[in-house]
Amino acid sequence: MNARYWPLVATITIFVVAYALAVMQFPALFSTRVLGNLLTDNAFLGVTAVGMTFVILSGGIDLSVGSVIAFSGVLVAVLVSQLGLHPLPAFAITLLICTCFGGTMGAMIYYLEVPAFIVTLAGMFLARGVTFLLTQDSIPIDHAFYDWVRQFYYVMPGGGRITFNGGLMLLVFLVGIIVAHRTRFGSYVYAMGGNAQSAALLGVPVARTTIGIYAMSSFLAGLSGIVYSLYTSSGYPLAAVGVELETIAAVVIGGTLLSGGVGFMFGTLIGISIQGMIQTYIVFDGTLSSWWTKIVIGGLLFGFIVMQRVIIAASRRDWRTKPHPEPAPSG
Amino acid sequence: MKLVNLLALSVSTFAVMGSGAMAQSGLEGMTIGFSQIGSESGWRAAETSVTRQQAEEWGVNLQFSDAQQRQENQIRAIRSFVAQGVDAILLAPVVATGWEEVLSEAKDAEIPVVLLDRGIEAPEDLYLTSVASDQVLEGRVAGEWLVEEVAGEECRVVELQGTVGSSPAINRKQGFEEAIAETDTIEIVRSQTGDFTRAQGKQVMEGFLRAENGGADICALYAHNDDMAVGAIQAINEAGLAPGEDILVVSIDAVPDIFTAIAAGEANATVELTPNMAGPAFEALDAYLNDGVEPEKFIITESRLYTAEDDPEGEAERRRGLGY
Repeated sequence: MNARYWPLVATITIFVVAYALAVMQFPALFSTRVLGNLLTDNAFLGVTAVGMTFVILSGGIDLSVGSVIAFSGVLVAVLVSQLGLHPLPAFAITLLICTCFGGTMGAMIYYLEVPAFIVTLAGMFLARGVTFLLTQDSIPIDHAFYDWVRQFYYVMPGGGRITFNGGLMLLVFLVGIIVAHRTRFGSYVYAMGGNAQSAALLGVPVARTTIGIYAMSSFLAGLSGIVYSLYTSSGYPLAAVGVELETIAAVVIGGTLLSGGVGFMFGTLIGISIQGMIQTYIVFDGTLSSWWTKIVIGGLLFGFIVMQRVIIAASRRDWRTKPHPEPAPSG
Repeated sequence: MKLVNLLALSVSTFAVMGSGAMAQSGLEGMTIGFSQIGSESGWRAAETSVTRQQAEEWGVNLQFSDAQQRQENQIRAIRSFVAQGVDAILLAPVVATGWEEVLSEAKDAEIPVVLLDRGIEAPEDLYLTSVASDQVLEGRVAGEWLVEEVAGEECRVVELQGTVGSSPAINRKQGFEEAIAETDTIEIVRSQTGDFTRAQGKQVMEGFLRAENGGADICALYAHNDDMAVGAIQAINEAGLAPGEDILVVSIDAVPDIFTAIAAGEANATVELTPNMAGPAFEALDAYLNDGVEPEKFIITESRLYTAEDDPEGEAERRRGLGY
């Protein structure tokens, strides 16, 4: 098997084995209700993680997403509850601002040649700061449209619900998979992550792609903020603190190389599910400290980073020994 | 030592709960989920340990979930409680908004939810009841103590307020003012915020002392929490006055350090913000689940006054065991 598939296979194996072990201990975990909760409760995380997967595949990082989620949720709340706008135009305005914000960060990263880490760190502080400028309190959103959206859910046999948010996350993942593996933009992202210089030499429009990647990441973070506002019917400036790190963890546990160029969008979905599952398990247990979530995620991250080094070493050996290395798969 | 603490604690919780504590078989074997905000303050840590102790006394299997200050974690926990099919849910909400959807899921699953120590902005039918202290009452109890203590003599009071605009600061000020309005001899001459912290309490008190003739014109200090009072006591000592005698000290919360001060005669009284929110919650759940009695929508916990006569040393010791 190609070494590129190892992390994905490892992720899926970990998820299946861990879930099976958990179900053996708590049979109630094996229910559509838990499945539905997993989708609904992690929807905002998943939507952001799709953008983060593109960013990391391109060899970059985006630390601003958590703050952008809070900004987006609060801006929607301000526009709807305080300025009396209908949610739909409020969503459009919010997404536009978020996309421009991300595009600007992408442009700074490319043209000023500043590491993505620094630019998006600045973006993180900026977005959180502006959020607190908008409001210090949480703003409830009481609008008929929100009630209307909330009634869209599909009840699975067993009482579990696929809510609007959960469905939206799956849709975003589907689009993400298609964009990553079936479009020119997607292959540019993989090429840049493999080696930015040779990608440029091969004719990849690096400037446009970089701006596109960060614009998309912020767009999805903005969308995630909207999902969060639907989730809680409010805008809360302290929402999603630290979500950028959870998202990065989900992407890496999902099998994407932190150095870029290798990974699968589907793996990120599994990475999100692993995190959600650990949290559910801890609540079901009821005696474990919730900090175990962080400990387990940390341990998994270490494991995956070690595995990634091994894979890189293994693929280098492949390169030397094979007379005609197979072309890098685009998907 | 630990055993002694535990023993002392159960005695004190019995005392707080009164007679209701005896009929504790109703919830035996039930599973109750508790979504706690986190452990950001000593009081909250104490609330968690008291809740665990209460659960043990009632024979309840408590599923505890610490949200680490994040609402999304609380929502996840509640959803998991519902999926698990617990018998009831206790929720100490981190923020007032955003609970409607998840609480209506709990309602659909016919799982009663009891709010602890904070309210939420949601239709009242989404929760069974809310257990919280009455902050205005806390201020009033402190004020009534002072009214009785000075017994008609002239008294110039300085006030250390909590964080500006916070609801405990507003309500505790209001309650105290209501109580002293009954007499015309007591008057608040200076009032400033000490931000609920010890350091600020000390600093602001130093300013008060300078402004009031070195403290000679001050008869009493009212602090919105014990921490500020402890800081102020230090300032009074440094100014060469005797706190508790030259200047009466009354504050709110009943944390261990103020009991140490009361035992040393440096503070006079404190009003308890009880960490035992779970006791009344379990009582309400017991009545509701076993006898179908709908509790009142807002259960107010007792705001008890503690003075030097209430074994301050023992209280300090007892409370330290709770994680304050």
